[in-house]
Amino acid sequence: MAVNTHNHMSGNGSGSDAATFTKQDFASGEETRWCPGCGDYAVLAAVQEFLPELGLPPERVVFLTGIGCAGRFAYYMNTYGIHGIHGRAPALATGLAISRPDLSVWALGGDGDMLSIGGNHLIHALRRNMPIKILVLNNQVYGLTKGQASPTSAFGKVTKSTPFGSEDQPFNPLALALGAGASFVARTVDRDRRHLTQVLRAAAEHPGAAFIEIYQNCPIFNDEAYAVLTDKDTKDAFQIRLEHGQPIRFGADGERGVVQRPDGSVAIVEVADVGEQDLLVHDAHCADPSRAFALAHLSQNVSAPTPVGVFRSVVRPVHGESSQAELQAAHETVGPAELDALLHAGATWTVN
Amino acid sequence: MSRTVDKDRVVIRIAGDSGDGMQLAGGRFAEATAVFGNDLVTAPDYPAEVRAPTGTVRGVSAFQIHFASRDILTPGDTPNVLVAMNPAALKSNVDTLESGSTIVVNDDAFTKRNLVKAGYDSNPLEDGSLTEFQVHRLPMTSMTVRATEGIEGVSSRDAARAKNLFALGVLSWMYGRPLPVTEEWIEQKFAKHGPILTANLAAFHAGYNFGETTELLDVQYRVKPAALPAGTYRNVDGTTATALGLIAASVTSGLPMLFASYPITPASELLHELARQRRFGVRVIQAEDEIAAANMALGAAFGGQLGVTATSGPGMDLKAETIGLAVALELPMVIIDVQRAGPSTGMPTKPESSDLMMALYGRHGESPLPVVAAATPAHCFDAALEAVRLAVDYRTPVILLSDAFLANSSEPWLIPNIDELPRIDPRFAQGPNLDDDFLPYLRDERLARPWAIPGTIGLGHRIGGLEKEDGTGNISYEPENHARMTSLRAEKVEGIAQDIAPLEVDHEDGAELLVLGWGSSYGPIKAGVRRVRDRGGKVACAHLFHLNPLPANTGEVLRSYRRVLVAETNMGQLSRLVRAEFLIGAESFTKLEGEPMLAAEIEHEILERL
Ligand code: SF4
Repeated sequence: MAVNTHNHMSGNGSGSDAATFTKQDFASGEETRWCPGCGDYAVLAAVQEFLPELGLPPERVVFLTGIGCAGRFAYYMNTYGIHGIHGRAPALATGLAISRPDLSVWALGGDGDMLSIGGNHLIHALRRNMPIKILVLNNQVYGLTKGQASPTSAFGKVTKSTPFGSEDQPFNPLALALGAGASFVARTVDRDRRHLTQVLRAAAEHPGAAFIEIYQNCPIFNDEAYAVLTDKDTKDAFQIRLEHGQPIRFGADGERGVVQRPDGSVAIVEVADVGEQDLLVHDAHCADPSRAFALAHLSQNVSAPTPVGVFRSVVRPVHGESSQAELQAAHETVGPAELDALLHAGATWTVN
Repeated sequence: MSRTVDKDRVVIRIAGDSGDGMQLAGGRFAEATAVFGNDLVTAPDYPAEVRAPTGTVRGVSAFQIHFASRDILTPGDTPNVLVAMNPAALKSNVDTLESGSTIVVNDDAFTKRNLVKAGYDSNPLEDGSLTEFQVHRLPMTSMTVRATEGIEGVSSRDAARAKNLFALGVLSWMYGRPLPVTEEWIEQKFAKHGPILTANLAAFHAGYNFGETTELLDVQYRVKPAALPAGTYRNVDGTTATALGLIAASVTSGLPMLFASYPITPASELLHELARQRRFGVRVIQAEDEIAAANMALGAAFGGQLGVTATSGPGMDLKAETIGLAVALELPMVIIDVQRAGPSTGMPTKPESSDLMMALYGRHGESPLPVVAAATPAHCFDAALEAVRLAVDYRTPVILLSDAFLANSSEPWLIPNIDELPRIDPRFAQGPNLDDDFLPYLRDERLARPWAIPGTIGLGHRIGGLEKEDGTGNISYEPENHARMTSLRAEKVEGIAQDIAPLEVDHEDGAELLVLGWGSSYGPIKAGVRRVRDRGGKVACAHLFHLNPLPANTGEVLRSYRRVLVAETNMGQLSRLVRAEFLIGAESFTKLEGEPMLAAEIEHEILERL
């Protein structure tokens, strides 16, 4: 490639050079235009603050977004970026990541963008284990088009397009990602900066596709949808922190926990009833996705205590890895002589 | 002893059941014919279904080759020789033959059962219905089985399957084709299957020797090599030529290629062809759908690579929104549409050039882009290179129109000298372009914007589908800016007219009628015009390789003729375009049968107007 600046084989994700960058290096300075109080602000701030940790200069980071309120994200990052068309960010990201493994590629969209119109690209990017980080800002509603039901809106939810209540079952985004074979699946909340940052960090370190569902508040069309997870009074009772290697328990004094039933499903119990030793120990690296799948089904739309954290993080072949060296070598060595031979391949004849 | 008859040109059609290996036999005959030095054009004709019932007319697969001692342009209107491997093959082709033509049949296949399957009430070989033809009845299956008897490891079923090579041997004798080309191919192809190799060679030789030693075939034909322009040639179909053109563009520009595609007839062959070219740095990804394929190519383009996607009509419908995004982003990208008969699923294996209007206008909003069309199988190479050149030089998506006929048809290709290929320079932006600032939409003299790729320090920028402010590329809803950006995008594409070859006219003194074509109508128009001229008629013709923008002199050329006839396989899309553009009364000849145009049809249309 004719440009002088990048180091091709450093791999997708975290870099090694110790250059120091700050949050300001990743902020484009463009005026943010989300509604006051929108959860997108918190996500933007967390991302901008976290990115310097990668040690990558802004020009090696790319944000690709779709349509929806979250789509504007790309404009606010001082990186390279494309605000693409509705639902297609994972496909754009696939084309970029596969051809430029030296970049850190992030695709970002809302629940409508990623799970409705773009659902197909999402599942295939996960299936392929493309080296891209996918952030789904889930607010359970269409914001930009002003308040219609989304694929994660609860059954019975009244919106402008469902005045009698939604007749559709919502997607369980994590279960969907796990079903698609995602190698990294996590959930976090816009209002919990520390947790959000931890999850971003884990995703960035993961080699391959990372799927992160971020519960994002839309104060205009679906306010406080996740309040139970962050409000002081309810937080302890509703937020289940998943930590690899730790027994899963929650509540103000850790008085509740999660066990696995003989049929493989998981359930919430009082620790006092079962004893600490019977609590499920979270294993994010388990090759079999069944338990992560069961955990994903513990609650739908925070109707019950809801796990957050890294559900699954396993290493499996990343798309393009196996052919990268061969393609790179070809690109460096193939010249006019090889091209000439290719054009002359097969039976040829000469007319004098 | 047989006598030898000289011929200028011959059209052979070899037809059989789709499992009979007709494409293989035809392809090998074409290769030997090419190496022998005849000019040629081939056209395969596949059944629509992957596995139609054997022995039925629906399951017939045919291969037509036209070869000559002079340059030719089409696969030929009607065959002079039909090889029919079963009754269904005879039935589905006999009506196209002219009286006096030769028919060679595999006599063994004309059993009662096969006759019924083909829908014959009586055996046409015996009921006198073929008296106007010269019919040769060859027991090909039994002779092949006999020829392969005693070869260890070859079942009688394997043996019978080699009958296509027996037929190939017979044809090779009839037309004096060189044996080594085919022998070497068989040896390579079956190198790992010793007994099958031996059987196929035996079948091929048996067919050849049969021709030489029996009295059954009394004539051997001689079609002398054609006096083509000097140089080294190979036989290519449009798919191969397109793939080679893209690779050549990638190598000469230094842009690695990402080819993203979703399987669709008749574009899948290009996917297969390029998927094999990793050693040329071609990365191929089979996308989850057509939309993804377009986005992947566009994502790669943003990353500084040659992003290419290929499809057919239905896929073009789906890619439209992404192509519009590429127009707004002003990034280079090539979209190949191997057209087929529509609407909707239409006739997937059948050619039709009916996506012109879609290529030009099939997106919402004002979203102009260059459109290039391939004219012949070999021309696909140049057309692919040209599409890449325009895409890179003007930072724009380019649609390359091919079709099912061009993709599958083959002809000799004068292999170009590498040094003479067009220069394609990505000219990546390396630094600020306005004092210390970088403006992603600051344009150069071609009105093209800078191509600044991720990784380049200081040039980070965000672009998107929202309307952009002139210069900065920032989001803008400002009324005058939108008007300006709309015209800038249009002017950029219009300006390409100064950068492409003018419309060349094949004129003849006294001609008042000009036949205008685009795409695969090139061959039939040229051939039709030649026939009219041979009869003393005065007619001119011209062909458009660029459909947007049109060459700068197009209006002038069209207005200089009293009559203009536009010939195309659609309902008159180009004719409507030139009428609207140049306010001329262009006439239209159209054909919508899912078949290429024939030279005879063009000849007829011209003669009607002289
Ligand atoms: S509509 Fe909702 S999601 Fe959209 S910007 Fe406003 S608050 Fe945020």
